[in-house]
Amino acid sequence: MKTLRLLIPVAIFALIGWFLMKGLDRDPRLVPSPLIGKAAPAFALPVLAADSQWSPSEMKGKVWLLNVWASWCAACQVEHPLLNDLARDKVVPIVGFAWKDKRDDSIAWLKRHGNPYAVVISDFDGRAAIDWGVYGAPETFLIDRDGIIRYKQVGPFTPEIIRDELLPMLRRLAAP
Amino acid sequence: MIAEVGHFSLTLALALALVLAILPMAGSFLPAGATARAFTDTARPLAVVLFGLVLLAFVSLGMLFLGNDFTVSLVATHSNLSLPVAYRLAATWGSHEGSMLLWVLMLNVWTAAVAAFSASLPAVLRVRILSVLGAITTGFLLFLLFTSNPFERLIPPPADGRDLNPLLQDPGMVFHPPLLYMGYVGLSVAFAFAVAGLIGGRFDAAWARWARPWTTVAWAFLTLGIALGSFWAYYELGWGGWWFWDPVENASFMPWLVATALIHSLAVTEKRGAFRSWTVLLAILGFSLSLLGTFLVRSGVLTSVHAFATDPTRGVFILIFLALVIGGSLLLYAWRAPALGSGTGFALISRESMLLANNVVLVVAMAAVLLGTLYPLALDTLGMGKISVGPPYFEAVFYPLMAPAMFLMVVGPLARWKEAPLPDIARRLRWALAVAIAAALLQPLTTDAGFRPLAASGLAFGLWIVAGVVVALLDVLRDSNGRLRPSRARLHPASVWGMQLAHLGVAVFVIGVTLVKSSETERELKLAPGQSVEVSGWRIDFKDLRTVTGPNYDAMRGRFELRRATDAADAPARAMMQPEKRVYRAQRMPMTEAAINRSLWRDIYISMGEPLSGSDWAIRVHVKPFINWIWLGCVMMALGGLVAVADRRYRRRLATEDSSQAAPARDPSPLPSTPVAGDFAAR
Repeated sequence: MKTLRLLIPVAIFALIGWFLMKGLDRDPRLVPSPLIGKAAPAFALPVLAADSQWSPSEMKGKVWLLNVWASWCAACQVEHPLLNDLARDKVVPIVGFAWKDKRDDSIAWLKRHGNPYAVVISDFDGRAAIDWGVYGAPETFLIDRDGIIRYKQVGPFTPEIIRDELLPMLRRLAAP
Repeated sequence: MIAEVGHFSLTLALALALVLAILPMAGSFLPAGATARAFTDTARPLAVVLFGLVLLAFVSLGMLFLGNDFTVSLVATHSNLSLPVAYRLAATWGSHEGSMLLWVLMLNVWTAAVAAFSASLPAVLRVRILSVLGAITTGFLLFLLFTSNPFERLIPPPADGRDLNPLLQDPGMVFHPPLLYMGYVGLSVAFAFAVAGLIGGRFDAAWARWARPWTTVAWAFLTLGIALGSFWAYYELGWGGWWFWDPVENASFMPWLVATALIHSLAVTEKRGAFRSWTVLLAILGFSLSLLGTFLVRSGVLTSVHAFATDPTRGVFILIFLALVIGGSLLLYAWRAPALGSGTGFALISRESMLLANNVVLVVAMAAVLLGTLYPLALDTLGMGKISVGPPYFEAVFYPLMAPAMFLMVVGPLARWKEAPLPDIARRLRWALAVAIAAALLQPLTTDAGFRPLAASGLAFGLWIVAGVVVALLDVLRDSNGRLRPSRARLHPASVWGMQLAHLGVAVFVIGVTLVKSSETERELKLAPGQSVEVSGWRIDFKDLRTVTGPNYDAMRGRFELRRATDAADAPARAMMQPEKRVYRAQRMPMTEAAINRSLWRDIYISMGEPLSGSDWAIRVHVKPFINWIWLGCVMMALGGLVAVADRRYRRRLATEDSSQAAPARDPSPLPSTPVAGDFAAR
């Protein structure tokens, strides 16, 4: 009995180790979303700081980005200047998806860091995000004219990723 | 050429580390004699030469960076012709490969230190400790050479390097990794003590006394390293926060929690011979968490702003290493721990019981942080969806756990070993309790927001600790007639003073956190040059905006004059604050350089956001009361640790205790009934 008790630490460690081993195959940055190539899940969510609802169907016919962010997310802050640049150069409309946040925090955050978004919708209980397979923030989806998800960026954008992946993808989608 | 010298010395170091891991350990099992001695005597010279070789490799890498040798791939990717010299040096450990080399260097600093300062240890224990450290070094050198060689060449070399991540171009970042690693890796010594002790089956008070100073020093460095990291995040990331519960921060915080538990549990093991098995487990756990932290940061299993290197092969390697070291040592523990025996008993209310409670709280807190860090990964692995755990979880879980710890911190040192009469403790602490309650009631004075229970309890705990330390000190200085005699201070060893200083540091830290959280002001403003604004009693005039050219960046620098709101408009400015918005040329990365006007009572923090329409800028102004107390508290804790280590008791030669098992802990005689010296000193 005593010996069994002494084996508890090893058992806990073995369990953690197993998770870590599995975790290695699931690099959160690289895992492709099963949603790529599928239609963007529908939702109707309130627009932040406004009295209206918004759903992805409003973007029909356009190529656009859905950027999942939160005011408590440090990495969002890192990528935010890049989004501001994209918005300033009018590269692609970006829809902000305020995730698991508080209304006032979201608004204050945008005021502080700039608002690159064409519209910001709020999913404060994170329900809609589940359909989109959102794992953390930031995550960004690229949706084409037919409402099909074409690309997903997990984690913050970097200038390289925008240059080497996002922009070429946008050019391809823009071609008739 | 320099790169080859570095590479070669690392390879040679690997061979020597392997010898160190095997020869002395084997020798320690041979029957005493010339052969055994020939084996074990290799330990100390090997440790010293190993240190020299790793140092040579590290210096080589440093020289490559100083000379901007872009034929070395690591230099080309982390340096730049216009990078200032100091940051070129810092770039040596600003990358994955370089920081792992720094890790190995630190490990060998500790190994060499053990070799140099362990004359008082029994020979068998010493060589086994060095061997265990050699084995760990072997693992890390294999990792370095096979998956992350810092000396890899890049032919043909690029004309200019890619530059160091601008976030890391900061004085804080120059010192943060070495300090943190000193602490992280220092826990390997406690680990080696535990493993060597398990092999030999010897855990008495003497063992604990040898292990204590090493653990305390490692803990002090860890404290400083974490504090400096938090300080850096505060002024460099530009959003005024100081702790984010980021996986990487958690990775350094978990070993800290366990190390804190360990230094307290070692005290019991040394003084009373109790908690032996628990102490050993904590020593193993502390280093295991350091390794786990390395795995989390280096493998890319968890996303984090810090995880700048991700490579699955590295992850696999560290995981195997983790399994061998942690799994192996825990199995060894399960096998040998029954032989450790148990210590003397103690009553429900005694210093032992309170230290036990403190240990439980700290370990549970560690488990909560571990759970929060790994939970997203675990759920994902089980296919139960992907979630992320944010600061709200950690704050909700952490605060209630720390409350009993803060309460016991005062009661524990006043309680006697073995059995402490409750009425006596209550009588001695009645004033401290009154101070704490008064602090809670006076909390509304510190803020405009009225009574806030959380803030009130934070202040109460902070002042409870301060008052408790004062009560304890007065107890020490009073003679048996109750008169104050400052000369009595000399009767008490450095370790007691160190403990009290560290506890006071906790109080300062808690007060700082409480006041920052409850009464900081944060304003987002739209300002153009020439305009001014008032924030919490301060007037800030935006004078002008100019372009500045730095060595490797271009910046917009605002100039803000700071006055009190009550000052006359034409009074001379109390300070000129100059925040910057920088763009680093090589990586085109924008960076916010906040301007901070510091004082002990408040920080005024100005950072520049984005340019808005016209000449308007988004400007953020924070007034953060008592924020510097957070780091001051940490520095006091670390200093307390270092003072405690200066205790003469640790430097005494213990030759007489080598052979005999008659450790003081086994002494069955009752403790002296005077509650002052012996009692108070025993922490």
